[in-house]
Amino acid sequence: MKSSEIRALFSVVSRPEVVSLAGGMPAVSALPLDIVGSMIGDLVSGMGAQTLQYGSGQGDPRLRERICDVMALEGIADASPSEVVVTVGSQQGLDLVTRVFVDPGDVILAEAPSYVGALGVFQAAQARVRHVAMDDEGLVPEALEQALIEARAAGDRVKFLYTVPNFHNPAGVTLSEPRREAVMALAERYDLLIIEDNPYGLLGFEHGPMRALRARNEDRVIYLGSFSKTFSPGLRVGWVLAPLAVREKLVLATEAQVLCPPSLTQYAVARYLDTQPWQEQIKVFTELYRERRDATLESLTALMPPGTTWTRPDGGFYVWLKLPHGLDAKLMQPRAVAAHVAYVPGIGFYADGQGREYMRLSYCYPEPDQIREGVRRLARVIEAELDLHSTFDAVDTGTFRAVRSSVPAPSPADQGGAAAESLTGPANRNENEDHRA
Amino acid sequence: MSETTAVTTPAADPDGEEHPLRVVVLAGGLTFEREVSLSSGNQVEEALRRAGVDAELHDADAELLPGLTASPADAVFIALHGSTGEDGALRAVLDLAGVPYVGSPAAACRLAWDKPAAKSVVRSAGVTTPDWVALPHSTFRELGAGTVLDLIVARLGLPLMVKPASGGSSLGVQKVSRVEDLPAAMVSCFAYGDTVMVERFVDGVELAISVVDLGSGPEALPAVEIEPESGVFDYTSRYTPGMTEYYAPARVSAEVSARAAEVALTVHRALGLADLSRTDALVTPDGEVHFLEVNVSPGLTETSMFPMALEAAGHRLGEVLAGLLARRAGTTR
Repeated sequence: MKSSEIRALFSVVSRPEVVSLAGGMPAVSALPLDIVGSMIGDLVSGMGAQTLQYGSGQGDPRLRERICDVMALEGIADASPSEVVVTVGSQQGLDLVTRVFVDPGDVILAEAPSYVGALGVFQAAQARVRHVAMDDEGLVPEALEQALIEARAAGDRVKFLYTVPNFHNPAGVTLSEPRREAVMALAERYDLLIIEDNPYGLLGFEHGPMRALRARNEDRVIYLGSFSKTFSPGLRVGWVLAPLAVREKLVLATEAQVLCPPSLTQYAVARYLDTQPWQEQIKVFTELYRERRDATLESLTALMPPGTTWTRPDGGFYVWLKLPHGLDAKLMQPRAVAAHVAYVPGIGFYADGQGREYMRLSYCYPEPDQIREGVRRLARVIEAELDLHSTFDAVDTGTFRAVRSSVPAPSPADQGGAAAESLTGPANRNENEDHRA
Repeated sequence: MSETTAVTTPAADPDGEEHPLRVVVLAGGLTFEREVSLSSGNQVEEALRRAGVDAELHDADAELLPGLTASPADAVFIALHGSTGEDGALRAVLDLAGVPYVGSPAAACRLAWDKPAAKSVVRSAGVTTPDWVALPHSTFRELGAGTVLDLIVARLGLPLMVKPASGGSSLGVQKVSRVEDLPAAMVSCFAYGDTVMVERFVDGVELAISVVDLGSGPEALPAVEIEPESGVFDYTSRYTPGMTEYYAPARVSAEVSARAAEVALTVHRALGLADLSRTDALVTPDGEVHFLEVNVSPGLTETSMFPMALEAAGHRLGEVLAGLLARRAGTTR
């Protein structure tokens, strides 16, 4: 099944009958929409001469100051507004950084799995992505070192490590404190640049924000931030925090792309941060997401067939689910669409064809009741698919009388790579396995 | 009919005035083919508007019937693909509601939707079609998948075409050349529905022959020849511009062309279809035309074969559809 077919299957998600555990849409309806509305209205009626005008390519200076305040929450105390470039979402920031650093054929290290939107940017730049294994504590430093050694031995130019350290998309896991130190030590040892993509960092359920990688090393880390999850994705305001020499190149690149980021939405974000209790609003969001995460994990535990495993995020939007052995999330998708439940097949989060037995479940948008219903439908889909596999998996094609073939059937064990195996491993196994026949 | 002339209803308003034809184009639905249907629906709506028809796009959802009651249309055009739109269910409901629509009646759709049943009827009508077997998952489970697959391969040979027994847009269709790939192909095909049809592979030129009734009975339009770049006319080849070459009319002899037209008309009549249909067929090197399947709601997207065939015959899509709608307006079934 090709990507166009996946797209086709997704088109039913817009129908209300379908429970979508697929999209990563923030719950913007939890915002005080009337207040935001009048705030934006005032920006046009009161200061339209500025807000409807072109602005600086680097972004509005007032907003850049406020961005530094936001980053201070994650321990980035030394950032200067002059090092910040405002972008059209952090997606544009990632595109700019990739354009500035990457030549065709260069290697980018990225977690296995990785954010699909980043893989798209890297593919457009004709970079080669080498995945690095993760587990419940995030990126595995030993695997990172191994990748660096191998790349060096192969004569590959590794341009950077791309990582989403907090509440990873799609894996839902967070890089632990000791591993943050270990990764930074490796960056130093191997002269490695790190792109820290951190859209979810303030959305923790259990504890305050973790100290960013950038807070540990200002020279080796380029930090990407976003207001999409803390305020509104529709405003498309993100940023890059980069050392001055890099910042200069980023500004030139962004001017070539968009001239300047949209003035009105920058003013809107700055005004929102200036006048609204935005940190309280983030608490409203996280409370809502925590409730939805709980509904997801409880339903998965109660309903999933044995052999299914999943990550347990303590923030952010996503659960990464591994299907029982042999099942393929992409091939199963038509059955899920017919059952009116949608998810994202895991294969899209790998650049190398791994991930067939994984899927990403998003709990950020549906209400808890919808989530429970969606998981119920998904469990039935998986059970039906298991039933089908039990019929056909045992077929020994070598015994066919009609047509003999010397080519052995591929072993299901060959279908996922080592990196794909390490996440949602035994430590995460569904403890409820034995409750079901 | 020029592009600027409004199509009017044969029946006048209560006040005696003729009014522009008011139609609802149904597109979307809740099937795998929703995206294709929306694309067909948009193209139909635009073509009808250009032809002077007051056309409005609507999804097949809970608001449809109340909407048609509150604001009745002269006729409905069904641009839904996949179940509901093509299996006769929606048409049966429109019949209950007394809403006129273009296309085949519910019972004929039910038959055409079931590919194996349609093949049986078509074969009885004297048309050649590749040998096949259609089986539900339960048969494989109860009798042993290995044994049954073994029999299928022994009887039908390789390669085989593995297809969902119903559904369109080539979703789930696979060509299996190696016996060891067959179990996996069955698994992925069963994800589309409970019955899988396994068909003997026939190599040849792929043709789509559209049939339309312009008022004097069904007639076959010039066959469209399909040449997918990849060799297999799957979903991606079908809907990605540039991935398939189409020739309208097909590059086949007049004799083959006539035979293909005859096959499409026989299929249309044997299954009791009405107004429009599209038959997919293969022409083997010996010139024989093999029926594959028929669509009661042929795709009407920018890369679909029915509009290409109309154009090759010198017709405009909007005018032909407007004519069909005007004829159906006011007539319930």
